[in-house]
Formats: sequence, C-alpha cells, structure tokens
Amino acid sequence: MAAELRQPQDTSDQFDQIRSIASDYKYGFKDKEDYVFKSGRGLTEEIVRSISAMKNEPEWMLKFRLRALDIFRKKPMPTWGNCQLLNDIDFDNIFYYIKPSEKGEKNWEEVPEGIKQTFDRLGIPEAERKFLAGVTAQYESEVVYHSIREDLEAQGVIFLDMDSGLREHEAIVREHFSTVIPSADNKFAALNSAVWSGGSFIWVPSGVKVEIPLQAYFRINAENMGQFERTLIIAEPGSYVHYIEGCTAPVYSTDSLHSAVVELIAKKGAHIRYTTIQNWSKNVYNLVTKRAVAHEDAKVEWIDGNLGSKLTMKYPAIYLVGQRAHGEVLSVALSGNDQHQDAGAKIIHAAPNTSSTIVSKSISKDGGRASYRGLIKVYPEAKNSKSSVRCDALLLDEASRSDTYPTMEVDEKEVTIEHEATVSKVGEEQLFYLMSRGLTEAEAKAMIVNGFFEPFTKELPLEYAVELNRLIQLEMEGSVG
Amino acid sequence: MAALQPILKIEDLWVSVEGKDILKGVNLTINPGEVHAIMGRNGSGKSTLSYTLMGHPRYHINRGSILFKGEEIGDLTPDERAKKGLALAFQYPVAIPGVSVSNFLRASVKAVRGKEIPVKEFRQELKQQMALLEVKDEFLSRYINDGFSGGEKKRLEILQMTLLKPALAVLDETDSGLDIDALKVVSTGINTLATKETAILLITHYQRILNYVKPDFVHVFQSGQIVKTGGSELSEELEERGYDWVTQELTPSGVA
Ligand SMILES: Nc1ncnc2c1ncn2[C@@H]1O[C@H](COP(=O)(O)OP(=O)(O)OP(=O)(O)O)[C@@H](O)[C@H]1O
Ligand SMILES: [Mg+2]
Repeated sequence: MAAELRQPQDTSDQFDQIRSIASDYKYGFKDKEDYVFKSGRGLTEEIVRSISAMKNEPEWMLKFRLRALDIFRKKPMPTWGNCQLLNDIDFDNIFYYIKPSEKGEKNWEEVPEGIKQTFDRLGIPEAERKFLAGVTAQYESEVVYHSIREDLEAQGVIFLDMDSGLREHEAIVREHFSTVIPSADNKFAALNSAVWSGGSFIWVPSGVKVEIPLQAYFRINAENMGQFERTLIIAEPGSYVHYIEGCTAPVYSTDSLHSAVVELIAKKGAHIRYTTIQNWSKNVYNLVTKRAVAHEDAKVEWIDGNLGSKLTMKYPAIYLVGQRAHGEVLSVALSGNDQHQDAGAKIIHAAPNTSSTIVSKSISKDGGRASYRGLIKVYPEAKNSKSSVRCDALLLDEASRSDTYPTMEVDEKEVTIEHEATVSKVGEEQLFYLMSRGLTEAEAKAMIVNGFFEPFTKELPLEYAVELNRLIQLEMEGSVG
Repeated sequence: MAALQPILKIEDLWVSVEGKDILKGVNLTINPGEVHAIMGRNGSGKSTLSYTLMGHPRYHINRGSILFKGEEIGDLTPDERAKKGLALAFQYPVAIPGVSVSNFLRASVKAVRGKEIPVKEFRQELKQQMALLEVKDEFLSRYINDGFSGGEKKRLEILQMTLLKPALAVLDETDSGLDIDALKVVSTGINTLATKETAILLITHYQRILNYVKPDFVHVFQSGQIVKTGGSELSEELEERGYDWVTQELTPSGVA
C-alpha cells in the first residue's frame, strides 16, 4: 500500500475521495520499460551466475545460490493450498532478474526520472518526510532508493538493501543468512535463494529502540516479472524495531510472481514488529516464506494485511526457542473475484513459558475465497505454554467461500490452547440500520467491513489505517450494483 | 394560506413479511408540527409500520401508498428516504463492532445533509446535543451500540434524531427501558425535535412519556390497523382500562 498521505481525519471523509477515483485499482498504471539489464525468460544456471556476478558477490553466496537452484529443480510443487493455480505457474515464462538502474540512490533527486515519478505517484517520498525513520524503494529486482535518518545511523542502526548489506557487512550476513529459512524449506524458498535480489537488511544494536517505523516499498512494473526480494532483520538483545512493507504492481493480462523470503531474528529481550500491507494487482502470485526466531524474553509480531494478488500463500511463522518468548500474528485478508487468499500462521513452542496469539480475520466477496491455514506446535518440555487462536470470517455474498485448516501438534501436557472460529454474514439488520441513517448500500457495507478489520487497522500507523480503510471502500464500491 | 401539505399520508397500507400479512389497511395522516402517539398490544404491528416506513427490504407492500411530503416513497431505499427527511429511532438498535460512534455520526449527518460539515463545526454541534441528552464524551470512541445498556442505546438513537433533524421522526418505543431521570432527559431531546416543521410519530406502551411529550393525537393499533383515534386523553384512558374495552367497542356484543 502506499501511503497516499493526508492529514489525519475521520474515515467518513473517505466517501468523497472514493467518488473522485475512477478505477478500482489505482496502482495499476505501468511505466515504459527502460532497463539497464533484463534477463531472458526462464531460469538457467547461467542466469543465476550472472546475477551473482553482476552483484560482485562472494563465492559462498554464488555456491549458496547454485545449491538452491538444484533444490528448486528437484523439489515438487506443494500438494496443498491451491494446487490448480500453483500448477498454472509457467516458470519458463518469467523474467528472473531486471535491473532498472545502475545503482541505488541515497538522494531522491538522483533516482532515474521515470522511476522517481512512479514512487512520487505512490506517495513514497512524502511518506518518508512525514513519519518514517528510513525508506527503501525496490523497483523490479533492485533497490533504487534508500535512506535512513542520521540519528539512527549514529546509533549504529543498519538499514540497507540486502545486496549492500552483503557487500558492507558480510560477516553479520553470513552468520545469520538462511539460518531461519533453509533453501530446502519449500520450493519457493529454494527459488528465492537461487535468484534473490534486493530486499532489506536491518541490524539493530543491543538496547537501541527505533521508535519510528522503517519502511520498504516494493513495486513490480514489468509483465511476467519475478520479484524475489530477501529480507533479514536482526534485533540484538533488548532492541526494538518496527518495519513496514507495502507492495503494488500494474495490471497485466498475464501473471507475475512475487516470492520473497523474510527472516527475523529477535535475540534475548528484543522486540520486532513486522507490518505488511500487500496490495498486489490481481495478476500477481504472492508466494512468500516468512519466519522469525524469538529467543528468551523476545517478542515478535507479524501484522499482515492481504488485499491484492491472484493467489497469496503466506503463513508467517514464529519459532519460540527461548523461555518466555512471545509471538503474535494478526492478519486480515480480503478476497474478491478471482482471488484466493490462503494465509495463516505457524507458531512453534519450543521452550517453557512461551506464549502466542493468532488473530485472523478474512472477508470474501464476489466469489472470492479466503482460507486460514494454521499450525500450533508444542514440543515436549515447552511447559506452561499458552496459545490462543481466533479466526473470524465474514462472507459478503453466497458465491464467496471461506475455509479454515487449523492444525495442532501438542506433545506436552501442561499447556493451554484455545481455538475459536466464527463465520458470519453481513447482517441485513446492520445494513438496514446504517442505510436508515443515509448511507448507501456500498457505504454501509464498507463501514461494516472496516469495523470488522478494526482490530487490525488500529495496530497500523494512522496514515496506513486511513489508506487501508480507503482501499476497502474502493473494493466495496466496485462490488455493489 | 395555502392548504397544508401533510408530511406523511398513509393510505390503505397492506404489508406482509415472509409471506405473512401484518399490516392490514393502515390509514394515517401527519401534518407538520404534529405529535402523534401510537399505542397497541405487543405484536399488533407497530414496529412493522415503522420498518415499512423506513424501507426495510423484508417488508413487502402489497397494497396502498405511503406519501412523504406528497411523494410516493414505497420504492425508495432506506438511504433515499433518510435523505428526504425521514428518520427512525429503533426499538432494538443493532451493534456494529469496530465502527466508532463519532465516525458513524459524522458519516450519517454528512450523508443526510448532503454536504461536508467542517470538523470543528460538527464537533461543536455534537457536543451541544450530547450535553442536552447527557451523553458522556467517551461514547464517541465506543463502537456503535456495542455493549451499550438498553438506556444508552435509546439515548444514542435520540442523539441521532437531534443531529439529523428529520421532517418526520418515528420513535419506536424510545421510552422503553429508560430509568426515570433518563426518561426526562430523552423527553427534553424529543421536545427540541418537535418544531413547527418537524412531526413526530411516537410508538409507546406507556402514558408516562406522554406527560412530557404532549401528543396531538393518540391512535390505537390492533391487528395491523389503527382502530381508534383520539386526543391525549385517550392514552390516559388506555393506561387505566387497558385495551379490552377498545376491542369490545369494535365488536358488537354477542357477535364475537
Ligand atoms: N420477520 C418476521 N417473520 C415472521 N413474523 C414476523 C416477522 N416480523 C414481524 N413478525 C410478526 O409480525 C407481528 C407484528 O410484529 P411487530 O414487531 O410489528 O409488533 P409490535 O406491535 O411492534 O410489538 P411490540 O409492542 O412487542 O414491539 C408479530 O406477530 C411478529 O411476530
Ligand atoms: Mg415493536
């Protein structure tokens, strides 16, 4: 999402703004292609080698990539989730690497004109000025702009694109890279490991609290593009960081693939909050592996919003490996026509006194499909662990669908686990009540839906909350009548 | 002076819900500035009338007409009716979790008035009405009717009426469930509504509220019809004698 920012306001203002916007998906515009390098279609060893060479990578990273390529080729497609759509992916038709410009800029003015205009339209520089501590903007395969506030840099906080991170802090990267998500974890993690490019690298020193969010913005522009960013966040003991990512792409008639790998490491007593607002256009496959490790007394939160894409399969995971570690996953999904949001969470309790909560809220409309897929695993010895899972689904019409696939593997007796799931329909009486107060059917529906998402929205910085409400309103306008 | 145009003119209105006839020939005319009270037994169709007036999709008009300021509104959606100046205070207001009262009120007032109201101006107006109805500030950030007590819901309904300033306010048992003090406060609110231009249709079971809000007409509702109309003295008689005598009056002795 982007931050098309404005002053804080009541959500009721948004009704007007909606009317002034003609199309459903306002990020659907595309730029003329003007690249420094664009690989051919399909995936070969040669492409992997040339990505690594162009980036001047150390030998170990090239080896890592090639091993991953081998794993990718051997691994079968997942046999769960939406197999039909997964098997439609044509790996030979994808562009695996596109380099839009020579280098990433620190100065906004030096970003190539066309790309700059795109991000201007998406409101990125404005967002940065207003409330962000640092920004990374990735266009196709590479980060084209990146900045961090000087005071954070002075405190030793590292916020770079992943490629620069590898170049400038090789030791830290080598120590942590792929330790949370091995290449062999799944077919798409292997693919990412082979061709990864861009993403964020964040390292927060012991005890440093980054109070204002760091943000990354991902944009796919080319048709049949594959974007494979790689993000690694390391929070040293007692530190805190909040990272926000947003994603958009133009609307094409054929599909693009976004397959990221995100690894979080929260050391003793550290706290990481990771917020995603995914608003890909409806021709993007969004197959992402996200996993965190939380050490003793650490806390990890995934705040995950999925609005766009054709198929999303994403189950942010938290491994609670230290005593008293705490994990939270709060996710919302909005599934419209021809969309399938298959999202959820995985929490692994591997130490005593660990706790977790999962709240998943989904809305399906116009024949869209939303699935919750979750795993709670409690290892023996993880005594006194607590977990609560809550899934609420809201169906806006008869044609839409919602499913839950919860799995519990509990190998320890002294644990408390709660699971609650509800499915509801937008109440006729609620609609009537709001309409009797002058709201049109679309406005009334949007209000009910926004209310349903409120537990999520209230966790977002205000600007994002306003934008999210507005996007939902747009979706509702598009679905009535 | 030209003949007064009624705000509401209901003629021979027949309404069914889920295939069951509930309203069976209602006739009622309400002029600007008038206060009408409707009393009647449980299940006699009072709320059905209020829902039908507001345009609930499940209530089907099989016969008759509803003229609002001279215009047939039977085919309009609830929001269109609201914009024309009709409002309903619900007998059972529904909760809408996650939607704050302040956002909702602002959206609603803007929709009905058809124009943006500057935030400051709106706040001021809101604060004023809230003070009148003794609604605490904290309610603004709470979710609509979510966890509200019965009396709190009713106050919020009247608050909405005073903000929307409709030409006709239909109040469905707004007095039910109010404590003695709240009844006075809410009555004050209703009386500020009752101006020369605004009419009120007040559905109630109790004489009590009519001590504060003086009705020009009292109607007795029975089996989906208005079977008797009188002045404010009629409500006192009903309070004293119940409904049986009305029924008997209608049924010639020995026929039943
Ligand atoms: N959806 C429905 N399906 C079936 N019957 C209904 C429905 N709605 C209303 N009714 C019936 O219509 C009749 C009139 O109901 P209504 O709510 O209008 O009564 P009322 O006069 O407002 O009663 P009260 O004083 O208890 O509020 C009742 O018998 C009720 O059961
Ligand atoms: Mg009733």
